[in-house]
Amino acid sequence: MSENFRLDRGGLINRNKKISFTFNGKQYFGYEGDTLASALLANGVHLIGRSFKYHRPRGFFGAGVDEPYAIVQMNRNNEVDPNVRATEQELFEGLEAKSVNCWPNVNFDIGAINNFLGKFFPAGFYYKTFMWPKSFWYKVYEPIIRKAAGFGTASIKHDKERYEHKYEYCDLLITGSGPSGLASAYAAAQNGAKVILAEDKSRFGGSLLTSEVTIGNQSGQEWAEKIISELKSMPNVVVKNRSQVFGYYDHNMLVMSERISDHLPKTEKYSPKQRLWYIRAKEVIISSGSIERPLVFGNNDTPGVMLSSAAKEYLKIYGVLVGKKPLVFTNNDSGYETAIEFKKNGIDPIVLDTRKNSNSEIIKEAKDLNINIKSSYVVVAAKGYKKVNSADIAKISDDKKNISNIENIKCDCICVSGFWTPTIHLASQSGNKTKFNKEIDAFIPSQSKQKETTLGSANGIFTLEETLKTSFEKGNELSKQITNKENKVSVPSVVEKKSSNHDKFWCVPLPEGKNYKRFLDFQNDVAVSDIQLALREGYRSIEHVKRYTTLGMATDQGKTSNLNGLQLVSDIENKVVPQVGHTTFRPPYSPVSIGAIVGREIGKHSKPTRKSPMHYWHEKNNAVFVDAGVWLRPRYYKQGNENLFEASKREAKNVRQNVGVCDVTTLGKIDIKGPDAAELLNRVYTNAWLKLPVGKARYGVMLREDGIVMDDGTTTRISENHYHMTTTTAQAANVLSHLEYYLQLVWPELNVNVVSSTEQWAGAAIAGPKSRDVLQKLFPDLNVSNEGLPFMGYMEGNLFGVNARIFRISFSGELAYEVNVESGNGNFMWEKIIELGKEFAIQPYGTEALSTLRIEMGHVAGSELDGRTIPYDNGLDGLISKKKDFIGKRSLYKKAFIAKDRQRVVGVVPIDKKTSIPEGSYLVRDANLKLPNPKLGHISASCWSVEYNNPFSLAILKDGKNMIGKKLFALSPLKNKSIPVEIVSSHYVDPKGERVRS
Amino acid sequence: MLHIKCPHCGLRSQNEFSYGGDATVKRPELNKEVSDQDWDNFVYLRKSPRGKHLELWQHISGCRQWIKVERDTLTHEIFTTLKANEEI
Repeated sequence: MSENFRLDRGGLINRNKKISFTFNGKQYFGYEGDTLASALLANGVHLIGRSFKYHRPRGFFGAGVDEPYAIVQMNRNNEVDPNVRATEQELFEGLEAKSVNCWPNVNFDIGAINNFLGKFFPAGFYYKTFMWPKSFWYKVYEPIIRKAAGFGTASIKHDKERYEHKYEYCDLLITGSGPSGLASAYAAAQNGAKVILAEDKSRFGGSLLTSEVTIGNQSGQEWAEKIISELKSMPNVVVKNRSQVFGYYDHNMLVMSERISDHLPKTEKYSPKQRLWYIRAKEVIISSGSIERPLVFGNNDTPGVMLSSAAKEYLKIYGVLVGKKPLVFTNNDSGYETAIEFKKNGIDPIVLDTRKNSNSEIIKEAKDLNINIKSSYVVVAAKGYKKVNSADIAKISDDKKNISNIENIKCDCICVSGFWTPTIHLASQSGNKTKFNKEIDAFIPSQSKQKETTLGSANGIFTLEETLKTSFEKGNELSKQITNKENKVSVPSVVEKKSSNHDKFWCVPLPEGKNYKRFLDFQNDVAVSDIQLALREGYRSIEHVKRYTTLGMATDQGKTSNLNGLQLVSDIENKVVPQVGHTTFRPPYSPVSIGAIVGREIGKHSKPTRKSPMHYWHEKNNAVFVDAGVWLRPRYYKQGNENLFEASKREAKNVRQNVGVCDVTTLGKIDIKGPDAAELLNRVYTNAWLKLPVGKARYGVMLREDGIVMDDGTTTRISENHYHMTTTTAQAANVLSHLEYYLQLVWPELNVNVVSSTEQWAGAAIAGPKSRDVLQKLFPDLNVSNEGLPFMGYMEGNLFGVNARIFRISFSGELAYEVNVESGNGNFMWEKIIELGKEFAIQPYGTEALSTLRIEMGHVAGSELDGRTIPYDNGLDGLISKKKDFIGKRSLYKKAFIAKDRQRVVGVVPIDKKTSIPEGSYLVRDANLKLPNPKLGHISASCWSVEYNNPFSLAILKDGKNMIGKKLFALSPLKNKSIPVEIVSSHYVDPKGERVRS
Repeated sequence: MLHIKCPHCGLRSQNEFSYGGDATVKRPELNKEVSDQDWDNFVYLRKSPRGKHLELWQHISGCRQWIKVERDTLTHEIFTTLKANEEI
């Protein structure tokens, strides 16, 4: 298709590079430097999608971030990108896009029937209609509504693109590279400040690219180019295009999304698709400019109705005519600038000015060009379904209440201008108390909460001269305070045309007998009638009106709709706009892709992966790993075709019969030193610690102040004032913070230092009746007999030239030792144990076998110490010292904690000795009661007892102490199981603990 | 994200710290009789003020020191930061 709407010359596109692309399956051509929007318009394509609620045909309304309609689904390098604004998407060779929110296609959309049923779809329709019967909501109504509504379709595939995060600090962050951004950045850079200048478009310059002004002796565009190239050459300045600062957070932290590769056919190697910048700025200059305000009239959503500034931008930047018979409808002078551009390019526009008399340099220029101007005229309604083909226009009375002389005139586009709305989103997000400026009928920033300054048209200053003057001043002043240097530059002279006042008129009344839809919010299909209805139904607060009607709630966040909505509410309520107030602006200013927010923290990068020094040995020996917090631990070592159950049974059995070795490097370790170390332990643990001799270990339980068990582990006295504490893998970090809290804040008088040594030590647990034989082989010179190294004993040894710590402690309930060496020697130790243990049939065992061993011994672990249990519940009440105080002791006297029928850990065996009990099952007295069946307790851990060859579980059971021997049922509604069980002692194997002492 | 001035390290981002609650709470002394009411107040009851709040933070990814921060809970303004042993 030829480009019928492209001018022969002009614009900033590269006419030497033609680009082909497809939209809805059809091929078109554009040029390098086009956006998808400008290229489609050049081809005369105006119908781009369907509206959210009524499925009305929609085209282009803007030319940038404010675009409410032109949202497309992109296919780029086999990746789907939903909800891309065509006005922001730069064209690249082979770009594929299609319409959203229409089925089967954009030209024939079945959902458009909603348009004719429009009177059944007023504001609050969904709330009112789909209420009954209640059960229908989830099953019937919601799925249908969800299918009919909504925009693009997200991919269900993993996104192969890479996204990055970056942290940056600067003196000044400047958001927007229009005249105020450029001037302030330039002035600040001259003073040596570290400046970041961010521009959301690909081209720098903002309004200077489209306005007819002279700065110094250059055009606005040339001046912008010069300033940007100078800034780029300065080492203290970072200049970023395609970068949207979308959020202003606490303490001058701003977040910016940089679109690095979206404009390319595919992301370059080693480059991310997008980068999220977290910028901490000493000062922020908001130079985000302003967005043209629409005028409201009948069918003002018809494709071909667009902002006059957008029409001008398509002409001046892309050399594209949005129409060949344009109607310009304006309440201020900006519309004339667009009309003049049309005229200069050989197109005859008609200008309808709502004002009666107005005169200015711009209007005079239009008149001199013989442009047809109709004063006191309005557009009553646009005509045409998929594209404007004419307009009903009328004369409007001086009081703006009555229209007369309605006539229909032919046109193919209507360019509207309702004056300008400063973009105050970032200022408002920062906490700035905005104020209403009656002169421009819009809110502007007023009282700052954080270190931000808004300049230029974002601050309601619409003349270039004033903008440049204040921006150079502010840039100089703010940077000078930071750098203490001043290198002041002079403000260049400016030639610009003066404009006259705008008309305080935005909404054209309906002609008698007509009920045209007059849209305020174009993306969410909120019309004037919806606001009127909401107010009739009693909604008063603007926040409520917003939520009831969805005004300003779409992905464009009301960039074009907010003020017209507020104006309408105040007109109906007979208030002034500042009394109504505006709704809260929240980040993000424009949509940010989830990928950018997640960054690199995805998949296995979502948390760090910690591996023990023996990890690669485990890998080589067919270990199947499991996540244990951030650690990877062997779950079992697969032999042949074994499954988890078979392998863990074999490993556990081998520990009970011979000897096994388990990697226990992941246990938290804390090194404790100081003359008051024993006193600290005595206060932290529930049992007594003052008399622990050097060379001995002790098991301890620590509580939170509320009496709940926090963690358990063994601590060993290495020397007089030196202890080695172990914690569970999961609680290591919390326990360290806990100790630091008490040492630094509660008992600073204690002379103790604590430091994490988890990573410094590699650990191996050697367990089983033959473990002593293995240990003797490892340390032939040591006396490791039961007398030489008794249960809970500690000694240091030399493992073939490597220093080792030997602890006689046991988690498996067997005779066992833990050997620690410095991490770097971990693998050496491990291989030695395997090598020397061979003759005793040693096998490595993983966490699954480890669990089996501890469960059948009745050793409590994380599943019992679950943050809800006190020592008594875990059978640890014997470890509570009556003589001394400790953290959390006072809480143990609470009524509920000393109740006679308090829950307690018990063992559970299925009566049939065959059926495994799912973890999490409820214990109940009668399996046949209706749900919710009164719960007596729950199964905390289950295993297959290798000692007795039947299933065995631990449970936390109400009045557990007196329940031994009782018969109950274990119910698992999730797995649809009801298992008759018998309650037994939690110490299922070796209840007297003889093995560990053997 | 807050910007917190660690009295030991200087200005650092909030993500280096972890929050520790009300800094004015005093733990009852060890081995002293404490009434149920006083103990419950210590363990469970905290004020949730709108405005100035003296609170604890730990610089976990830095010097690991617990510090006191006087912060406005409404505006997030930080008025002062103190070492663990300093009083406001």
